[in-house]
Amino acid sequence: MDAERRNTKDGSGQPRRPKVTTFIATLPRNNLTSYLLEAKYEFLRVLRTPAFAVPTLLFPPMFYLLFGLILNRDSANAAHYLFATYSVFGVMAPGLFGFGVGVSIERERGWLALKRIAPMPPGAYLLAKMAMAALFALIIYVVLAAMARFFGGVQLAAWQWLLLGAIAVFGVLPFCALGLLIGSRVNAAGAPAIVNFIYLPMAFLSGLWMPLSLLPKFFSQIAPLWPPYHLSQLALTTIGHGDGSPLLPHVILVVTFTAICFAVARRWLART
Amino acid sequence: MAQADVVAMLAAVGKNYGKLVALDAVDVNVHRGEVFALLGPNGAGKTTAISLLLGLLKPDAGVASLFGMPPETFAARRRIGSMLQTAGVPETLTIGELIELFRSYYPAPRTVADIVELAGVADLLNRRYGKLSGGQQRRAQFALALAGKAEILFLDEPTTGLDIEARETMWRTIRSLAREGCAIVLTTHYLEEAEALADRVSVLARGRIVASGSVQQMRARVAQRRIRCLSGLAETTVAAWPEVRSVERDGERIEIVTDAAEAVVRQLLFEDTNLSELEVRRAGLAEAFVEITKVAADAA
Repeated sequence: MDAERRNTKDGSGQPRRPKVTTFIATLPRNNLTSYLLEAKYEFLRVLRTPAFAVPTLLFPPMFYLLFGLILNRDSANAAHYLFATYSVFGVMAPGLFGFGVGVSIERERGWLALKRIAPMPPGAYLLAKMAMAALFALIIYVVLAAMARFFGGVQLAAWQWLLLGAIAVFGVLPFCALGLLIGSRVNAAGAPAIVNFIYLPMAFLSGLWMPLSLLPKFFSQIAPLWPPYHLSQLALTTIGHGDGSPLLPHVILVVTFTAICFAVARRWLART
Repeated sequence: MAQADVVAMLAAVGKNYGKLVALDAVDVNVHRGEVFALLGPNGAGKTTAISLLLGLLKPDAGVASLFGMPPETFAARRRIGSMLQTAGVPETLTIGELIELFRSYYPAPRTVADIVELAGVADLLNRRYGKLSGGQQRRAQFALALAGKAEILFLDEPTTGLDIEARETMWRTIRSLAREGCAIVLTTHYLEEAEALADRVSVLARGRIVASGSVQQMRARVAQRRIRCLSGLAETTVAAWPEVRSVERDGERIEIVTDAAEAVVRQLLFEDTNLSELEVRRAGLAEAFVEITKVAADAA
């Protein structure tokens, strides 16, 4: 027990210290254990709720099978193009539903309040959820990639497969942030409907289901409003189907969007 | 008790929800090692007061503090445990897993064996929280509150839904924790519980503290006594006596509530020479409580 006991020097009563130092001083000795346990239990909880896990994992591959492979089987280009956009479509779901619905349920049930009173290491809850969402994103991407390669005849260089995978996994974060924004405001009964209401139209308007070039010009003009559009441009450029726009603005926009959503959600959550 | 001993405090705290005044100039001082019970009818503001002490809400006026620090401070939260009424615990985790998770939050947690014994959850460790009955869930929540070897325990209606055995176990645990120096802040509707456990009691009515003191002091505020005996006297006769507040007959037994017990007993013995099984009892906390909140309501 001595190893676990630490001197309880904390920041109270001291004149202003830099925030980082105060933060680190509050970390308990077995802090890493807490983060890992939090992630482990998030994983177990999802595993024990197959009603969430299975549809989230199956839905994107099913969509891709139908629209990318079967419906467009004459066009090799389609399988190619849609693999990139459906990867983005697929990884939106774990973020939006895991956070949007998950957080609102947990908030309503009082679990978040309990964690606020408990000395849970700050951020452990969100980090665990993000790790879970990233894991889902990875699984979805791998399934889509396998389908694209073996059923769609999509041929890519190794670096392209890997880069797309990285875009997919990191791309889950903006939607974790957006999901958190929804989950910290909306009640549990309405959350699934609101998430779908945002998810599906936004995916369509970002050109994830069919190329924007096939739609009236107006849609291409408003596309930059939607975060998935920027993410999909990163993905499409990797496989050579981008619309030629420079990449850096896309990255900056996605990162800024993520940061703003997290910041606002944090303030909303602090008020519950 | 020394002022330095105060571990949880509300000082002249006010809290409003829009136009509704939930708390008004409320003072609460909880000392180390004491069991403090917060009583009050529904809507009196007990849950609001606890939420302020825990840092879930911020006061609109006055100060809430734990160990001299703001309640949201990480260092303060590490020294408390709580069991709330609306505790949303993840349904799909087992009790053993939940205990492990909560223990990891504290630098010097209680051992699993101790938690299990104190909370009486040995039979629940492998069961998922969502599959437990209400009473079993309360016991599990109690186990989680104990995980951190807290210096203050906040228990919001802890024995609701528990059977006698579980309630006795929890009472025994609370008493032994208090003996070890842990402060307990308890809210309860169950007045027998406050009588059994509390060192000090405060009564909240309509957002204000209307009475504060030890259980003995509360009881003494109410002069009522209850007289019971076996007697053949008619209730209407007894009810007509000036000092008698109420009379009830239950078969051969009558029960009289009065402020002037001695006068009534004298009269009873005079009027009925066959009277037997005479009992005179002081008011319990229940009567004191009803009286105090009634007075507060009338004064409001």
